[in-house]
Amino acid sequence: MGSGTHLGRVRGLGSAKAGAHHWWLQRLTAVANAGLMIWLAVSLVRLPLGDHAAMIQWLASPLAAVPLLLLVVSVIWHLRLGLQVLIEDYVHDAGNRVAALLILNFYAAGAAAVAIFSVLKIAFGGVPA
Amino acid sequence: MAVSRSRPLSPHLTIWRWGVHMTVSILHRATGSALATAGVIGLVWWLAALAGGPESYAAFTECATSWFGRLVLIGLSWSFFQHLFSGLRHLVLDTGAGYELKTNRFWARMTIVGSVAATALLWAPILL
Repeated sequence: MGSGTHLGRVRGLGSAKAGAHHWWLQRLTAVANAGLMIWLAVSLVRLPLGDHAAMIQWLASPLAAVPLLLLVVSVIWHLRLGLQVLIEDYVHDAGNRVAALLILNFYAAGAAAVAIFSVLKIAFGGVPA
Repeated sequence: MAVSRSRPLSPHLTIWRWGVHMTVSILHRATGSALATAGVIGLVWWLAALAGGPESYAAFTECATSWFGRLVLIGLSWSFFQHLFSGLRHLVLDTGAGYELKTNRFWARMTIVGSVAATALLWAPILL
Protein backbone atom coordinates (compact mmCIF):
# COMPACT_ATOMS: atom_id res chain seq x y z
CA MET A 1 0.00 0.00 0.00
CA GLY A 2 1.35 3.43 -0.92
CA SER A 3 0.91 6.50 1.18
CA GLY A 4 -1.34 8.41 -1.21
CA THR A 5 -4.82 9.71 -0.55
CA HIS A 6 -7.66 7.25 0.04
CA LEU A 7 -8.90 7.79 -3.53
CA GLY A 8 -5.41 7.50 -5.01
CA ARG A 9 -4.89 4.18 -3.29
CA VAL A 10 -7.99 2.49 -4.71
CA ARG A 11 -8.08 4.09 -8.16
CA GLY A 12 -7.56 1.51 -10.89
CA LEU A 13 -8.43 -1.41 -8.62
CA GLY A 14 -11.52 -3.53 -9.03
CA SER A 15 -13.47 -4.25 -12.17
CA ALA A 16 -13.76 -1.91 -15.15
CA LYS A 17 -17.57 -2.02 -14.73
CA ALA A 18 -17.88 -3.36 -18.26
CA GLY A 19 -18.53 -7.03 -17.47
CA ALA A 20 -22.30 -6.77 -17.47
CA HIS A 21 -22.23 -4.95 -20.82
CA HIS A 22 -20.16 -7.76 -22.37
CA TRP A 23 -22.49 -10.37 -20.88
CA TRP A 24 -25.59 -8.54 -22.15
CA LEU A 25 -24.25 -8.08 -25.71
CA GLN A 26 -23.36 -11.79 -25.81
CA ARG A 27 -27.02 -12.64 -25.00
CA LEU A 28 -28.43 -9.96 -27.31
CA THR A 29 -26.44 -11.23 -30.29
CA ALA A 30 -27.22 -14.84 -29.29
CA VAL A 31 -30.98 -14.23 -29.60
CA ALA A 32 -30.49 -12.33 -32.88
CA ASN A 33 -28.26 -15.15 -34.21
CA ALA A 34 -30.86 -17.80 -33.37
CA GLY A 35 -33.58 -16.06 -35.37
CA LEU A 36 -31.39 -14.98 -38.30
CA MET A 37 -29.55 -18.30 -38.63
CA ILE A 38 -32.82 -20.26 -38.68
CA TRP A 39 -34.01 -17.89 -41.45
CA LEU A 40 -30.77 -18.51 -43.40
CA ALA A 41 -30.91 -22.28 -42.88
CA VAL A 42 -34.52 -22.47 -44.11
CA SER A 43 -33.64 -20.22 -47.08
CA LEU A 44 -30.60 -22.32 -48.03
CA VAL A 45 -32.58 -25.58 -47.95
CA ARG A 46 -35.17 -24.07 -50.33
CA LEU A 47 -32.71 -22.37 -52.74
CA PRO A 48 -31.00 -23.85 -55.84
CA LEU A 49 -27.55 -23.47 -54.27
CA GLY A 50 -25.56 -24.51 -57.35
CA ASP A 51 -27.25 -21.96 -59.65
CA HIS A 52 -25.23 -18.72 -59.54
CA ALA A 53 -27.81 -16.61 -61.44
CA ALA A 54 -30.66 -17.73 -59.18
CA MET A 55 -28.60 -17.05 -56.05
CA ILE A 56 -27.73 -13.54 -57.29
CA GLN A 57 -31.41 -12.91 -58.04
CA TRP A 58 -32.27 -13.98 -54.48
CA LEU A 59 -29.58 -11.81 -52.87
CA ALA A 60 -30.46 -8.78 -55.02
CA SER A 61 -33.76 -8.58 -53.14
CA PRO A 62 -33.73 -6.42 -50.00
CA LEU A 63 -35.75 -9.16 -48.28
CA ALA A 64 -32.64 -11.35 -48.47
CA ALA A 65 -29.84 -8.74 -48.40
CA VAL A 66 -31.03 -6.88 -45.29
CA PRO A 67 -31.42 -9.94 -43.02
CA LEU A 68 -28.11 -11.27 -44.34
CA LEU A 69 -26.35 -8.00 -43.42
CA LEU A 70 -27.89 -8.14 -39.94
CA LEU A 71 -26.81 -11.78 -39.65
CA VAL A 72 -23.20 -10.99 -40.60
CA VAL A 73 -22.98 -8.18 -38.03
CA SER A 74 -24.66 -10.18 -35.25
CA VAL A 75 -22.76 -13.43 -35.86
CA ILE A 76 -19.36 -11.77 -36.09
CA TRP A 77 -20.00 -9.58 -33.05
CA HIS A 78 -21.04 -12.71 -31.13
CA LEU A 79 -17.92 -14.62 -32.14
CA ARG A 80 -15.71 -11.66 -31.22
CA LEU A 81 -17.20 -11.64 -27.70
CA GLY A 82 -17.10 -15.43 -27.37
CA LEU A 83 -13.52 -15.95 -28.55
CA GLN A 84 -12.44 -13.03 -26.34
CA VAL A 85 -13.64 -14.97 -23.28
CA LEU A 86 -11.86 -18.08 -24.55
CA ILE A 87 -8.59 -16.18 -24.98
CA GLU A 88 -8.91 -14.54 -21.56
CA ASP A 89 -9.53 -17.95 -19.98
CA TYR A 90 -6.80 -19.97 -21.67
CA VAL A 91 -4.01 -17.57 -22.71
CA HIS A 92 -2.28 -16.66 -19.46
CA ASP A 93 0.83 -14.86 -20.73
CA ALA A 94 0.02 -11.14 -20.93
CA GLY A 95 1.93 -10.59 -24.19
CA ASN A 96 0.37 -13.57 -25.96
CA ARG A 97 -3.05 -12.54 -24.70
CA VAL A 98 -2.78 -9.04 -26.15
CA ALA A 99 -1.50 -10.49 -29.43
CA ALA A 100 -4.37 -13.00 -29.58
CA LEU A 101 -6.96 -10.30 -28.83
CA LEU A 102 -5.40 -8.11 -31.55
CA ILE A 103 -5.61 -10.93 -34.10
CA LEU A 104 -9.19 -11.71 -33.04
CA ASN A 105 -10.29 -8.10 -33.59
CA PHE A 106 -8.55 -7.86 -36.98
CA TYR A 107 -10.08 -11.21 -38.00
CA ALA A 108 -13.60 -10.13 -36.98
CA ALA A 109 -13.33 -6.73 -38.68
CA GLY A 110 -11.84 -8.22 -41.85
CA ALA A 111 -14.42 -11.00 -42.14
CA ALA A 112 -17.28 -8.55 -41.55
CA ALA A 113 -15.92 -6.11 -44.15
CA VAL A 114 -15.56 -8.75 -46.87
CA ALA A 115 -18.99 -10.25 -46.15
CA ILE A 116 -20.79 -6.88 -46.04
CA PHE A 117 -19.02 -5.62 -49.18
CA SER A 118 -20.01 -8.81 -51.04
CA VAL A 119 -23.67 -8.60 -50.03
CA LEU A 120 -23.88 -4.89 -50.90
CA LYS A 121 -22.18 -5.43 -54.27
CA ILE A 122 -24.81 -8.02 -55.18
CA ALA A 123 -27.71 -6.07 -53.64
CA PHE A 124 -26.79 -2.88 -55.54
CA GLY A 125 -26.64 -4.74 -58.85
CA GLY A 126 -22.86 -5.02 -59.14
CA VAL A 127 -23.04 -8.70 -60.12
CA PRO A 128 -24.98 -9.52 -63.33
CA ALA A 129 -27.39 -12.41 -62.73
CA MET B 1 -0.85 -13.10 -15.25
CA ALA B 2 0.61 -12.09 -11.90
CA VAL B 3 -1.36 -14.36 -9.59
CA SER B 4 0.16 -15.12 -6.21
CA ARG B 5 0.63 -18.86 -5.68
CA SER B 6 -0.86 -18.81 -2.22
CA ARG B 7 -4.26 -17.66 -3.43
CA PRO B 8 -7.00 -20.23 -2.77
CA LEU B 9 -8.43 -21.78 -5.93
CA SER B 10 -11.85 -23.34 -6.33
CA PRO B 11 -11.78 -27.14 -6.78
CA HIS B 12 -11.01 -27.91 -10.39
CA LEU B 13 -12.14 -30.48 -12.97
CA THR B 14 -10.38 -33.52 -11.55
CA ILE B 15 -12.22 -33.44 -8.22
CA TRP B 16 -15.77 -33.68 -9.64
CA ARG B 17 -17.57 -36.77 -10.82
CA TRP B 18 -18.19 -36.51 -14.56
CA GLY B 19 -21.67 -35.33 -15.61
CA VAL B 20 -23.31 -34.73 -18.99
CA HIS B 21 -23.61 -31.01 -18.21
CA MET B 22 -19.78 -30.85 -18.25
CA THR B 23 -19.67 -32.39 -21.71
CA VAL B 24 -22.31 -29.95 -22.96
CA SER B 25 -20.41 -27.05 -21.42
CA ILE B 26 -17.13 -27.84 -23.16
CA LEU B 27 -18.99 -28.78 -26.37
CA HIS B 28 -20.52 -25.29 -26.31
CA ARG B 29 -17.04 -23.78 -26.36
CA ALA B 30 -15.66 -26.25 -28.89
CA THR B 31 -18.57 -25.91 -31.33
CA GLY B 32 -18.56 -22.13 -30.85
CA SER B 33 -14.87 -22.04 -31.77
CA ALA B 34 -15.44 -24.22 -34.83
CA LEU B 35 -18.31 -22.01 -36.02
CA ALA B 36 -16.32 -18.83 -35.30
CA THR B 37 -13.37 -20.00 -37.40
CA ALA B 38 -14.28 -22.58 -40.07
CA GLY B 39 -17.97 -21.57 -40.09
CA VAL B 40 -17.40 -17.85 -40.60
CA ILE B 41 -14.57 -18.40 -43.11
CA GLY B 42 -17.00 -20.61 -45.06
CA LEU B 43 -19.78 -18.00 -44.86
CA VAL B 44 -17.45 -15.19 -46.03
CA TRP B 45 -16.01 -17.40 -48.77
CA TRP B 46 -19.54 -18.24 -49.98
CA LEU B 47 -20.58 -14.55 -50.13
CA ALA B 48 -17.31 -13.40 -51.73
CA ALA B 49 -17.54 -16.21 -54.31
CA LEU B 50 -21.12 -15.20 -55.15
CA ALA B 51 -20.04 -11.56 -55.56
CA GLY B 52 -17.02 -12.63 -57.66
CA GLY B 53 -19.18 -14.06 -60.46
CA PRO B 54 -20.08 -17.46 -61.94
CA GLU B 55 -16.46 -18.73 -62.21
CA SER B 56 -15.51 -18.08 -58.59
CA TYR B 57 -18.87 -19.47 -57.46
CA ALA B 58 -18.32 -22.63 -59.49
CA ALA B 59 -14.94 -23.06 -57.78
CA PHE B 60 -16.64 -22.63 -54.40
CA THR B 61 -19.44 -25.15 -55.09
CA GLU B 62 -16.88 -27.65 -56.41
CA CYS B 63 -15.01 -27.49 -53.08
CA ALA B 64 -18.21 -27.46 -51.03
CA THR B 65 -19.65 -30.55 -52.75
CA SER B 66 -16.40 -32.57 -52.67
CA TRP B 67 -16.31 -35.35 -50.05
CA PHE B 68 -14.05 -33.24 -47.84
CA GLY B 69 -16.25 -30.17 -48.24
CA ARG B 70 -19.32 -32.24 -47.36
CA LEU B 71 -17.56 -33.64 -44.29
CA VAL B 72 -16.71 -30.11 -43.10
CA LEU B 73 -20.27 -28.93 -43.79
CA ILE B 74 -21.78 -31.88 -41.88
CA GLY B 75 -19.45 -31.11 -38.96
CA LEU B 76 -20.35 -27.42 -39.07
CA SER B 77 -24.09 -28.09 -39.24
CA TRP B 78 -23.86 -30.40 -36.21
CA SER B 79 -21.79 -27.72 -34.44
CA PHE B 80 -24.44 -25.15 -35.32
CA PHE B 81 -27.31 -27.24 -33.91
CA GLN B 82 -25.33 -28.19 -30.79
CA HIS B 83 -24.35 -24.55 -30.16
CA LEU B 84 -27.91 -23.37 -30.86
CA PHE B 85 -29.60 -25.86 -28.50
CA SER B 86 -26.94 -25.47 -25.83
CA GLY B 87 -27.22 -21.69 -26.21
CA LEU B 88 -30.99 -21.82 -25.75
CA ARG B 89 -30.41 -23.91 -22.61
CA HIS B 90 -28.01 -21.23 -21.39
CA LEU B 91 -30.65 -18.52 -21.91
CA VAL B 92 -33.06 -20.52 -19.72
CA LEU B 93 -30.35 -21.10 -17.09
CA ASP B 94 -29.67 -17.33 -17.14
CA THR B 95 -33.17 -16.79 -15.74
CA GLY B 96 -32.26 -18.97 -12.75
CA ALA B 97 -34.42 -21.90 -13.90
CA GLY B 98 -33.44 -25.49 -14.65
CA TYR B 99 -30.80 -26.14 -12.00
CA GLU B 100 -32.64 -29.04 -10.34
CA LEU B 101 -30.38 -32.09 -10.79
CA LYS B 102 -32.76 -34.19 -12.90
CA THR B 103 -34.03 -31.28 -15.02
CA ASN B 104 -30.50 -30.03 -15.60
CA ARG B 105 -29.23 -33.44 -16.67
CA PHE B 106 -32.27 -34.05 -18.88
CA TRP B 107 -31.91 -30.85 -20.89
CA ALA B 108 -28.14 -31.18 -21.12
CA ARG B 109 -28.70 -34.61 -22.67
CA MET B 110 -31.46 -33.28 -24.92
CA THR B 111 -29.13 -30.71 -26.55
CA ILE B 112 -26.97 -33.60 -27.81
CA VAL B 113 -29.94 -35.76 -28.85
CA GLY B 114 -31.45 -32.74 -30.61
CA SER B 115 -28.28 -31.70 -32.43
CA VAL B 116 -27.61 -35.22 -33.74
CA ALA B 117 -31.27 -35.64 -34.81
CA ALA B 118 -31.39 -32.23 -36.53
CA THR B 119 -28.13 -32.92 -38.38
CA ALA B 120 -29.44 -36.32 -39.54
CA LEU B 121 -32.75 -34.76 -40.67
CA LEU B 122 -30.90 -32.05 -42.61
CA TRP B 123 -28.48 -34.37 -44.42
CA ALA B 124 -30.59 -37.47 -45.00
CA PRO B 125 -32.50 -35.98 -48.00
CA ILE B 126 -29.25 -34.58 -49.47
CA LEU B 127 -27.09 -37.70 -49.17
CA LEU B 128 -29.64 -40.52 -49.54
